[in-house]
Amino acid sequence: MEDLQYVILKKERVHDFISTLSKIQKLVAPVSKGYNNFAFEEVSSGSEIALKYIPTILPLKKFFMPQRETLLEFKIAKGTHAEPVVEYEPMTIFGAHTCDLAGVQCLNMVFSERPKDYNYLTRKNKITLIGLECNEYCDEYASCHLVNASFPSGGYDLFFTDLGDYFIVHVNTQTGDEIVDTTESFEKADTSHIKELKRLRDTKSKIFSNEVSIERRYMPELFDMSFRARVWKALEERCLSCGNCTNVCPTCYCFDIRDELELNLKRGVRYRVWDSCQLEPFARVAGGINFRKERSARQRHRYYRKFRYPVDRFSRFFCTGCGRCTRTCMAGISLKETLNELIKESEDRVWKKWL
Amino acid sequence: MEKVAIKDSSYRLKKAKILQTKKLTANEKFFEIALMDGERLDYEPGQFIMVSLLGIGEVPISVCSSPAKRDSFDLCIRAVGKVTRSLHKLKAGDVIGIRGPYGKGFPVRILEGNDLLIIAGGLGIAPLRSLIQYVLDNRRDFGKVHILFGCKEPKDMLFSDELEYWNERTDLHYACTVDRADPDWAGNVGVITTLMPGVDIEPSRTFAAVVGPPIMYNFVIKELIAKGIPERQILLSFERNMKCGNGKCGRCQIQNLYVCQDGPVFHYEQIKNLNEAF
Repeated sequence: MEDLQYVILKKERVHDFISTLSKIQKLVAPVSKGYNNFAFEEVSSGSEIALKYIPTILPLKKFFMPQRETLLEFKIAKGTHAEPVVEYEPMTIFGAHTCDLAGVQCLNMVFSERPKDYNYLTRKNKITLIGLECNEYCDEYASCHLVNASFPSGGYDLFFTDLGDYFIVHVNTQTGDEIVDTTESFEKADTSHIKELKRLRDTKSKIFSNEVSIERRYMPELFDMSFRARVWKALEERCLSCGNCTNVCPTCYCFDIRDELELNLKRGVRYRVWDSCQLEPFARVAGGINFRKERSARQRHRYYRKFRYPVDRFSRFFCTGCGRCTRTCMAGISLKETLNELIKESEDRVWKKWL
Repeated sequence: MEKVAIKDSSYRLKKAKILQTKKLTANEKFFEIALMDGERLDYEPGQFIMVSLLGIGEVPISVCSSPAKRDSFDLCIRAVGKVTRSLHKLKAGDVIGIRGPYGKGFPVRILEGNDLLIIAGGLGIAPLRSLIQYVLDNRRDFGKVHILFGCKEPKDMLFSDELEYWNERTDLHYACTVDRADPDWAGNVGVITTLMPGVDIEPSRTFAAVVGPPIMYNFVIKELIAKGIPERQILLSFERNMKCGNGKCGRCQIQNLYVCQDGPVFHYEQIKNLNEAF
């Protein structure tokens, strides 16, 4: 039964597959952007794709929730008529790691929660997702196992796993099945292929282990007792409040809404842009009061929005362990380090027994 | 990139016409507004709407009239930013954009049959005016009603003719105070908590509705608890700089709550342990 969901793609057919795929609709995949930097960009052939890559500079959120997105178009002249619009582009994303698939799952939950955001949902439904398994860690910044994102758990149409001479591909949706049919590059998987995949997963489960010395289920409790931790004060002194960490985060979705008039002052747009809780004016109100004035409060807010608040609201962490925030931080603030320090600080309290 | 019109956008605006405006103080202006195209704003006291000026921006504003007034609604707007200053330049007949109402207002169904202690500081009178007018429209459904109002100086006093009217009514108790008096002022001087000892309440059947600047909450809540009002019966409304109103943009978040959806009116028990609330 299980075999039906799996097909294989021989390595020598990958290039054919990619070019066929790119002819169906816009194809986006990780490409190299200089030393150890990668980005999801449009490709038309397999040779452009970096199959071995560490998390891209920006996560997939740039396709699902663009940096800038028009919400309304209006004309000033005729009273005030504004037309709500949605911008979208049908595309296939190839090569998404499990951390980034988890990120998209988080965004899906947020924007499907009532009141629903149809701008996001319309766009999301035009995107096909093809995952790619990490057989080993990308680098020391990742903490995907801690947040349960090191193995595939849905959120894709097709999922590729590199098994040497071939990819074994999990077909998860009708859309995925159609790609398998139309590209005609795949072959049936037999039990030996499935066994091979099982073997890889066994090896993986030995490689991937909790990157931070705490059991996943105790994370919310750790945060429950850490609101006044000294760690936040220490971050205050290092954080530059630049907002890089939230920009590169696959699950940070806060935004600002702004208006822009054309130079003729007759037409304009209302658009939303990525915003960041790390920036000073974010929680400031018109009267001048700022509810998260200190950088320590803003950094703390970011961590709680990853590890505590969404646990109540969405029953999952909003950290995917991709490590981007750590890689990008100019002040060298490390997510793993912060968590370790929180654990160390709370060791003095009740909970040494859990470690 | 394709771009198409979308019917069910959360950002769709309703057109609204300004029926009249009135300058209340140097910084605050009153607007009476009606939705166009035969639409009506269906809201509860304490809810807010997003007010739009195309090309300038959008701001969250509390509705300050009673929902019983069906054909139009009132806003009281302080000029503090780009959008509010531009709104102040508008006059009767001008058209603006509205979306909402948003959030949870005062739980009027639960308040019915109870005594009310309404405490307003400064611009906090605006959202509370909606509740007060609602209570006066349905006066029989409520027990004793106390209104305490405080502002910085007599010249900052909003809705002064209405305050006069509340003062004259025999079916409610009204008192006001200013932080700093001017030569013509004959009333109370001092912060709002100085009015509280003079209020005789039955704590178990009294709900307090408090709206004012964050600094006021700490002192007022302490007094209310000292009077014996249960924490669940103390209602507060929070000001935040909402951008979307849909619990998404993150601006109004207090720990795990979104003020735009979970509030703006909270009972004290809900938020007393939230660090970033006040």
